[in-house]
Amino acid sequence: MYSVVKGASYFIAHAPDMVVNNGTTQTTQRKADPNAEYLTQLEKSLRSYEDCVAYLPNQVYIGNMTPEELEGYALPWYEQKALGAQRKGKYGEIMPEDEFIGMMKICDVFDLVKLEAGFSADLKEKLGQHALIDASQLEVFDKPSKEAELRKLIDKEHAEPIYYLGKMVGCIKAAHDFDESLSAHVIFENIVSKASCVLSILHLMDQTDVAKDEIAYVIECSEEACGDMNQRGGGNFAKAAAEIAGLTNATGCDVRGFCAGPTHALLQAASLVKAGLFKYVVVAAGGSTAKLGMNGKDHVKKGMPALEDCVAGFAILVGENDGISPEINTDILGRHTVGTGSSPQAVISSLTAAALEKAGLKLTDVDKYSVEMQNPDITKPAGAGNVPEANYKMIGALAAMRGEIQKAELADFVKKHGMVGWAPTQGHIPSGVPYMGFARQDILEGKISRAMFIGKGSLFLGRMTNLFDGVSFVLQQNSGKGQSEAVSEETVKKLIAQSLKDFAGHLLQE
Amino acid sequence: MKEFTEEFGAENIVIVLGAAEGEAAGLAAETVTAGDPTFAGPLAGVQLGLRVYHVCEPEIKDEVDPQVYEEQISMMEMVLDIDDIIKEMTSIREQYCKYN
Amino acid sequence: MLLKDKKVIIVGDRDGIPGPAIAACCSTAGAEVVFSSTECFV
Repeated sequence: MYSVVKGASYFIAHAPDMVVNNGTTQTTQRKADPNAEYLTQLEKSLRSYEDCVAYLPNQVYIGNMTPEELEGYALPWYEQKALGAQRKGKYGEIMPEDEFIGMMKICDVFDLVKLEAGFSADLKEKLGQHALIDASQLEVFDKPSKEAELRKLIDKEHAEPIYYLGKMVGCIKAAHDFDESLSAHVIFENIVSKASCVLSILHLMDQTDVAKDEIAYVIECSEEACGDMNQRGGGNFAKAAAEIAGLTNATGCDVRGFCAGPTHALLQAASLVKAGLFKYVVVAAGGSTAKLGMNGKDHVKKGMPALEDCVAGFAILVGENDGISPEINTDILGRHTVGTGSSPQAVISSLTAAALEKAGLKLTDVDKYSVEMQNPDITKPAGAGNVPEANYKMIGALAAMRGEIQKAELADFVKKHGMVGWAPTQGHIPSGVPYMGFARQDILEGKISRAMFIGKGSLFLGRMTNLFDGVSFVLQQNSGKGQSEAVSEETVKKLIAQSLKDFAGHLLQE
Repeated sequence: MKEFTEEFGAENIVIVLGAAEGEAAGLAAETVTAGDPTFAGPLAGVQLGLRVYHVCEPEIKDEVDPQVYEEQISMMEMVLDIDDIIKEMTSIREQYCKYN
Repeated sequence: MLLKDKKVIIVGDRDGIPGPAIAACCSTAGAEVVFSSTECFV
């Protein structure tokens, strides 16, 4: 019996100060030329928290608007505002930067995050209002640091400053004097990733009716590495996040695969549940500071706001078949193998048509494809094109080459089986998973019966191989077998009881 | 790229791009022919004037084994805006390319 | 002939045509691929 998707959550932290101070495009530029015009311009291009919340794609990300609704708005989206935009959404929330820094402090168990006194007091009050933060977690704000102490750590001990609204409000200490894997820079990246992962898990648990202590396993699938110099990618974000999120009965591990990580992780979760090892598995990932403002130069040059100011996260709950929730069909598996090659047609074919064909399905039998759902408002001005649209055109072109549609129907195919992209450009975050929440809902409501999730990863960026990678699977309407089987088990028990009774009666008669 | 230019001679080099759209192709082409317009990359300020083409332009396509092109590229011709790419690339070559 | 006996430098794009696909094409035209990379903007 296939495992099912019980829920999905999505989280965004607005992080403009981290764009300026932690995004690699900016840190690299600052190293090359600290007085670069771009850096001055960038600070003027940052968005306010309110603008980040009212940004149409962000409202879609947290579930307050649907992808179909977003399609009704013409690009550029940054010039428009979502009416009635909310911080909290059906699937999660958009958190302001100061509160997120507070979450980083809550997620720090080695006393590496140091915050200034006034800022700490403010955070204690603000996070005290947050429904998902426990009062006991706020005690960390009772031991703030003096400004002179923070200055000393930053100036003399290689600590990374933390800024809010352009002002230094704290720092992250290096966790070791010489170990580069534990440098303040790495710890900063990792704590941001952990904090956004934790908040995603908290939102997930808040939405579903599964209790925290029922979660047996967590798979974390971001693109960060935590460890020391002797085991640089040792792990384990999964368990670290589970600890803070209060998943007391969970263990877990990290799965990596560049942007394809989440899809690989979902397949593993689905398999673990299907095989009966665990009843509930959470797949989750936090976001990346390195990618903040990645295409900032193009945005600033075009007089646009710096749109890549969101640290994002997500969490998905995979559970045993309940007879209702959409099923992860692990028999329709797309795989880009070592032998597939890198031509775009070979790649897309291996991930879609080849897998569907084995199950006797055509490309047109999948209602919606969830590909790399990058927001075109961000990528198009940066010269990276409209990534989801290009993916849909590829699938459509493949359908045309296979004679499943006419070449002239390509545009219709893209519209019918595709969606506009809405996810922040955080690598693994846009990859397939942003549609999971909507797909679950669309399938439950009977709007669609089958969606394909495709994750692709640029392995060559790691310089260990020239290969590309990708995996895909189909999410489908529940066949109801889970339920009927549960019923039939009960029926079987009754039948056995009845026959035993009959047998006993029979014996008595004799 | 400067290293290759020094080693093989600029006249012996052809740059082939695979960019997803005209503007990005144009920007990459401008970088290798006129130097980096954003003044950030390693080629800042160096005008190499190299030959530069997008793989989907007819000049390249016509010289490639048709069967290999079919296998590797043809589907993307339906996806990319080839006319826009050709327009951008031609304009960059006319402005900066030193070799014909 | 544009490509024959030339040294080719390839700048592929993950969302366009990746480096190895361009390399396979250029080799058939008698060019020598001296460098091939694939860009990723996302």
